[in-house]
Amino acid sequence: MVLIYIDQAEQQIKKSSLEAISYGAALAKQLGVSAEGILLGTVTDDLAGLGKYGLQKLHQVSDANLNHFDAKLFTQVLTEAAKAANASVLVFAHNLNGKAIAPAVAVKLNAGIVTGANSLPDTSNGFTVTKTVFSGKAFAQINIDTPVKVISINQNCFGVHMQEGTCALEALSMAIPAASIKVTATHKVDGEVPLTEANIVVSGGRGLKGPENWGIIEDLAKVLGAATACSRPVSDSDWRPHHEHVGQTGVQVAPNLYIAVGISGAIQHLAGVNRSKTIVVINKDPEAPFFKAADYGIVGDAFEVVPALTAAIQKSKA
Amino acid sequence: MKLLVCISKTPDTTSKIAFTEGNTKFDENGVQWIINPYDEWYALVRAIEIKEQDPAATIHLVTVGEADAEPIIRKALALGGDEAIRINMQSNDSFVVASQIAAIAKEGAYDLILTGKETIDYNSACIGSMLSGLLDLPFVSLANHMVLNGNTASVKREIEGGEETCELTLPAIVSCQKGMAEQRIPNMRGIMAARTKPLKVVEPIAVQATTSIKTYDLPPAKSGVKLVASDNVDELVRLLKEEAKAF
Ligand SMILES: Cc1cc2nc3c(=O)[nH]c(=O)nc-3n(C[C@H](O)[C@H](O)[C@H](O)COP(=O)(O)OP(=O)(O)OC[C@H]3O[C@@H](n4cnc5c(N)ncnc54)[C@H](O)[C@@H]3O)c2cc1C
Repeated sequence: MVLIYIDQAEQQIKKSSLEAISYGAALAKQLGVSAEGILLGTVTDDLAGLGKYGLQKLHQVSDANLNHFDAKLFTQVLTEAAKAANASVLVFAHNLNGKAIAPAVAVKLNAGIVTGANSLPDTSNGFTVTKTVFSGKAFAQINIDTPVKVISINQNCFGVHMQEGTCALEALSMAIPAASIKVTATHKVDGEVPLTEANIVVSGGRGLKGPENWGIIEDLAKVLGAATACSRPVSDSDWRPHHEHVGQTGVQVAPNLYIAVGISGAIQHLAGVNRSKTIVVINKDPEAPFFKAADYGIVGDAFEVVPALTAAIQKSKA
Repeated sequence: MKLLVCISKTPDTTSKIAFTEGNTKFDENGVQWIINPYDEWYALVRAIEIKEQDPAATIHLVTVGEADAEPIIRKALALGGDEAIRINMQSNDSFVVASQIAAIAKEGAYDLILTGKETIDYNSACIGSMLSGLLDLPFVSLANHMVLNGNTASVKREIEGGEETCELTLPAIVSCQKGMAEQRIPNMRGIMAARTKPLKVVEPIAVQATTSIKTYDLPPAKSGVKLVASDNVDELVRLLKEEAKAF
């Protein structure tokens, strides 16, 4: 059985988990086993409706103590649940929480793990998972050599797939160990699209000259419903917050569309964005290395091109 | 306060990535090695800052690697570690690496174990989490701020669209990213001192690998950029909509 970890925050299932369900359901079909989910805590979503993503059964440990993420506690509960359900493969999203617990759960289950998988495993001869390595500069095909296997999948690489179906619900009761941390504050930036969950990312570099000029980036992001990002020197100079820094030493993103404005395209920057499906580069220098990694480009001054592009998109949507 | 900082050796960020032996081995030819930036800039520097405030603190560094890892360990000692332990083996399996570090961690009874958020070569983000499983310790991943107060820590971690602050009792494990500290450059005094700091080499414990690398592949090259005139943004919008189906 394939067991998919369903991640929630503030009692809502995350989009990355819907993708993990789609992936886990496709994998279960490939292996001829059932696709089941495990949810910790309580959510307001329609759980039977998770069948639409291919989930056949959902195990839920609905203890309110599990509504705050706690890596050690969640590892303990998930390990018990995976053992009770006799799972042969566990699937996680390679998101912030998935990164914190999937390897620990793997250790507890004596399972081999591949984190950051890009596609379904090849199970024709063993169990081989392809993942990104060298921060996007290459791929590795890795065999998992243990009976129980754990995979975490890169966000935006498989997609959310819908089908017919409803999901059976099963309450799982167990003794919940003590919490290992206490969450004391949560701070969210209102109205901001989380970078790692975004379909479209608009990113600005040093070519924008200063933080006061970010309005044109934000306006473009707004018409596209996009997240904003930046190059490393931009966040190092505090023009933009650290969590927007993409690249080899920042966040790695793989949206459907990445628009780079005034970014030269250094190798360390490209490493974090080159899995984006479509890359658009706007740069006044025709020799900027980023054009070599781009699908579409405009050679021009960002301060003229970007507002015009925002207006054109707005017009096309009207 | 006993701190353990995990240090990994990775290719320099400008390295051209290539493979040998039928694409089964990373081609180390001409590669410059550096301390994994997340380990150095954030985990190690934060540990050094803690020691600067509490001179009784000790910083041990641990790396799983062969003798060619010694230059980067010396650099980490030059930045500010007190002593280093090198576990004499090379492995691509995160479980094997984490098990070696866990064995050292158990012996050393550390209050705080710091790792980078991931390495820039295998990008697995596994070691901190695996250590928490192997040692049954609290773990905060992707932390961008941490203050210690006696035997408790207040740590901020990234969440989707924001951050979360949590409190925990040591011992614990924290994986570090940007915001945690600022990159430093070793000074002459540090470099001189590092030459005589202890660097202990220990043999690995026996652990069975759980994964094996079959092959590596390079991503397909882009087919070439389509340039659009700067006064024709409508054409770009059309291409993005109709050809790329990007929105
Ligand atoms: C160890 C290490 C790790 C690193 N990690 C990262 C990383 O994770 N992410 C990252 O981004 N960088 C990283 N870097 C830095 C990287 O090498 C580059 O220095 C950086 O990406 C450059 O940022 P930039 O493109 O914004 O600035 P620049 O290289 O200065 O480029 C600015 C660009 O803007 C263009 N421009 C100027 N004016 C205009 C205008 N009016 N209109 C349009 N275009 C204009 C210019 O032609 C130029 O191409 C790292 C470096 C090192 C050494």
